Amino acid sequence: MSFLLYTPILPEIVLTIASMCLLIIGVFRRNERTYTAISNLAILSLLIVLLTIVTGRVPEGVSFGGSLITDSFSLYLKTLILVSSLIILVVSNIYLKNINLLKFEYIILILLSVVGMMIMVSSNDLISLYLSIELQSLPLYVLASIRNKSLKSTESGLKYFVLGALSSCILLYGLSLIYGYTGSIYYTEIASNLYEYDIGILIGLAFALAGFAFKISAVPFHMWTPDVYEGSPTTVTAFFAVAPKIAALGLIVRILITAMPTLIEDWQSILILLSIFSMLLGAFSAIGQRNLKRLLAYSSISHMGFALMGVINGTFDGVRSLSLYLLIYLVMSLALFISIIALKNNDEHIENIEDISGLAKVNPVMASIISILLFSLAGIPPLAGFFAKFYVLYAAVDANLYYLAIFGVLSSVISAFYYLRIIKVMYFEESAISFDPISKRLKTIIYLLTAITLLFFLKPSIFINFAGTASASLFI
Amino acid sequence: MDWPLLSTIILIPILGSLTILLINSDDEIGKRNIKIVAMYTSIVNFFASIFLWVNFDKLTSDFQFTERYAWLTENITYHVGIDGVSLFLIILTTFLMPFCILASWNSISVKIKDYMVAFLILESLMIGVFCSLDLVVFYLFFEACLIPMFLIIGIWGGARRVYATFKFFLYTLSGSVLMLIAIIYIYLLTGTTDVTILNGYDFDYSVQNWLWMAFFISFAVKIPMFPVHTWLPDAHVEAPTAGSVILAGVLLKMGGYGILRFSIPLFPIGSYVFTDFVFVLSVIAIIYTSFIAIAQEDIKKLIAYSSVAHMGFVTMGIFTLTDQGIQGGIFQMISHGLISSALFLSVGVVYDRLHTREIKVYGGVVKKMPIYAAFFLVFTMANIGLPGTSGFVGEFLTLIGAFKVNLYVAFFATTGVILSAAYALWLYKRVIFGVITNEEVEKLSDLDLREYMILLPFVLLIILFGVYPNMVIDLTATSTANIIENYNYTLEQYLSQLTSINSGMDN
Repeated sequence: MSFLLYTPILPEIVLTIASMCLLIIGVFRRNERTYTAISNLAILSLLIVLLTIVTGRVPEGVSFGGSLITDSFSLYLKTLILVSSLIILVVSNIYLKNINLLKFEYIILILLSVVGMMIMVSSNDLISLYLSIELQSLPLYVLASIRNKSLKSTESGLKYFVLGALSSCILLYGLSLIYGYTGSIYYTEIASNLYEYDIGILIGLAFALAGFAFKISAVPFHMWTPDVYEGSPTTVTAFFAVAPKIAALGLIVRILITAMPTLIEDWQSILILLSIFSMLLGAFSAIGQRNLKRLLAYSSISHMGFALMGVINGTFDGVRSLSLYLLIYLVMSLALFISIIALKNNDEHIENIEDISGLAKVNPVMASIISILLFSLAGIPPLAGFFAKFYVLYAAVDANLYYLAIFGVLSSVISAFYYLRIIKVMYFEESAISFDPISKRLKTIIYLLTAITLLFFLKPSIFINFAGTASASLFI
Repeated sequence: MDWPLLSTIILIPILGSLTILLINSDDEIGKRNIKIVAMYTSIVNFFASIFLWVNFDKLTSDFQFTERYAWLTENITYHVGIDGVSLFLIILTTFLMPFCILASWNSISVKIKDYMVAFLILESLMIGVFCSLDLVVFYLFFEACLIPMFLIIGIWGGARRVYATFKFFLYTLSGSVLMLIAIIYIYLLTGTTDVTILNGYDFDYSVQNWLWMAFFISFAVKIPMFPVHTWLPDAHVEAPTAGSVILAGVLLKMGGYGILRFSIPLFPIGSYVFTDFVFVLSVIAIIYTSFIAIAQEDIKKLIAYSSVAHMGFVTMGIFTLTDQGIQGGIFQMISHGLISSALFLSVGVVYDRLHTREIKVYGGVVKKMPIYAAFFLVFTMANIGLPGTSGFVGEFLTLIGAFKVNLYVAFFATTGVILSAAYALWLYKRVIFGVITNEEVEKLSDLDLREYMILLPFVLLIILFGVYPNMVIDLTATSTANIIENYNYTLEQYLSQLTSINSGMDN
């Protein structure tokens, strides 16, 4: 049965077919009812795929002649990606209706981008790596500018596209150098051909890492992030902040650890710089921000710096800390973004920090939820964010990179300042703004994610073991 | 299996706060119910903690009431237990809490629900700090205390509350993050963060200094020691009365406790190397902050600076590493917990009436509030360290310890006693005596029953501990002796190694 060869990537195939079918439906029947149907079908297909993966029905193995690999690490990341996109789609339904932007393309684009991300974390050679990154990026460019009547949105889309295209070029250049000097596109063969120290391969590595750094918006390749985050519709921003980052980090980990384990000293030094700069710049720049989405953009830059700390060591503990970090980061930042989406004042969504001043008086529940999330993002125990930071710091100390760990904790103190500022605005200031009631569906999602953040400490071993089994598959 | 008493004491306030969350606080009845639930919870917890005292075995230096459950990894477990050092700090915490709630009964009017929830959660966390026997669990409780305290100062504080609470939070956080790295390092090195196992572990001498420093910075900020004490006056001035009480009474003690529980047993060589350093800082704190206290115009700020000075006695006493010094340090922590709390509560009494803390507004209060003046006199005398009050015992013991070890330190520290008399008596004179110049003071009424109930127990306890300090000292003796014995044993080994290396070089 040749069909069986493709079962490891059946989820991606199913999603691709689903998005194509939905596209056809959408093109021929354009009205609001179709939008709802398409969105429900998309959610359904994501759910089915998610359930197949979670219940362990997707076999592990390679497909397409070794181009794609399905192992527990990629399945774990796929789960995270699917969960985040599912939540985003559910929220989008409510949000888009609110801002009058019911375009069925939105859903198809998210689905296609999700397929790209899933292939990214599965990619096992340079071709599939590049193609999947492009498949992931192109829909995102369009999504950033989907609000085509807004100047900021189109600007952000254009900016994202131009810089993204540039980074793709750099990445491609790096990949071709790697291919040229090792003579293979397969990670395993690259690893075995890397016996000679060669300046060409180093340049290739540096270029490739620059391209990757752009995708996770690590400093100094972060310039697009604040503008794109600010300009895009908030659900798209939430999507940007989580899913592509997970996919790109998964891809970085796989290529560095399986294809270039012998070059660890070289990529380690690059990653250390990326990590330190991201943490510090993210922390310092966010201080001056008034716009919530811009602030969260800088905060996500800082968090990516932290996450990179887990990659640096190239050990099992490091990758496990990264996997855990991504999981917790997903929960925290999605919950925060959705809270921002949920808060509106006379159908006007909040934009700036001042807009939520005095929230504690009007809506104490939401205020305390947002505070919990912010304290967690700042890494204050006993919230989940603390454990995320604890484990990446563990990885850094394990690699004897004490200065990196010290930079990490110092930047987390700095970032605590601007998280606290938001809490200050909500609690210590008075304001007479009233907020519209929040829809039940949003409430349920926010409560659920916040509950995970808050109660993580009761039984942390569940998630840590989850991340541990996933990471183990890279080190066989 | 025995009843898990410590976990129960940690959980009772949390259960209380969950109950409060369910109460509707929109009307007056709901608000009263919230206060009543908080009050009962704290009282029940106080009695539960009395069980610890009753069942405490003072003859053993082992940890008692221990509980251990699997948590983060195999060797990072939820491990709690107490010994003589922590017993009274826990009881102090549970003792102060009902008074905090009583003191806030009328003065807090907005967001009363959040207030009580924050206080009860804070109580749980503070008790957790004093009984956790695992570094990670300790860090968790230690840091988590910041959240409720940040909110308490920020929401219910005075005019400059935002500045004060940010300063408090960021100072303490930046102090303790290095400790987190040190804890991770210890875990990687030894494979465990369990204090009972780590006590027997020989850290390399060169590493010990670094680890000691990382822990010390975080404790020094919390105590607070000179020169990182500047957050305390701000936090105290802006915090509501009950917040000041908890801050001075319990949160400051976490630093001293941390040194006794972790710094000295885990890094004896580091403690030995840095002893003089700590002495110098302590003496500076005692003298310098006393002088600053004299110049203050704000009552709470004055008491805050005097707290820094008194905590200087604690660190000095602990680092003499003598029986008297450490016992005195522990006793001073308990006694300062009572005295400073009492002083802040007394200030709260007049603040509730006049809504100002400026010294010059008062004057002649004794004519209108004679009973209050009497209470305040006892607390002032205790703050000075008059014999017969608990303040005397603590300072006296730490000074004996200092005399044994270093005459200069003892000499300079003793001047602090005189200075404390200067600022405390002058404060008393300016507030209580003199002629009434302010017509607001003319309208003052003396203590009502609630205030009377709040202040009386403090007077009794301060005098009781002053006359019969053995109540405390008996129970801390064995643990103290154990700390010193282990310290001296490790130190002797280290010094003999040093001499053998030196003599080897001579040959």
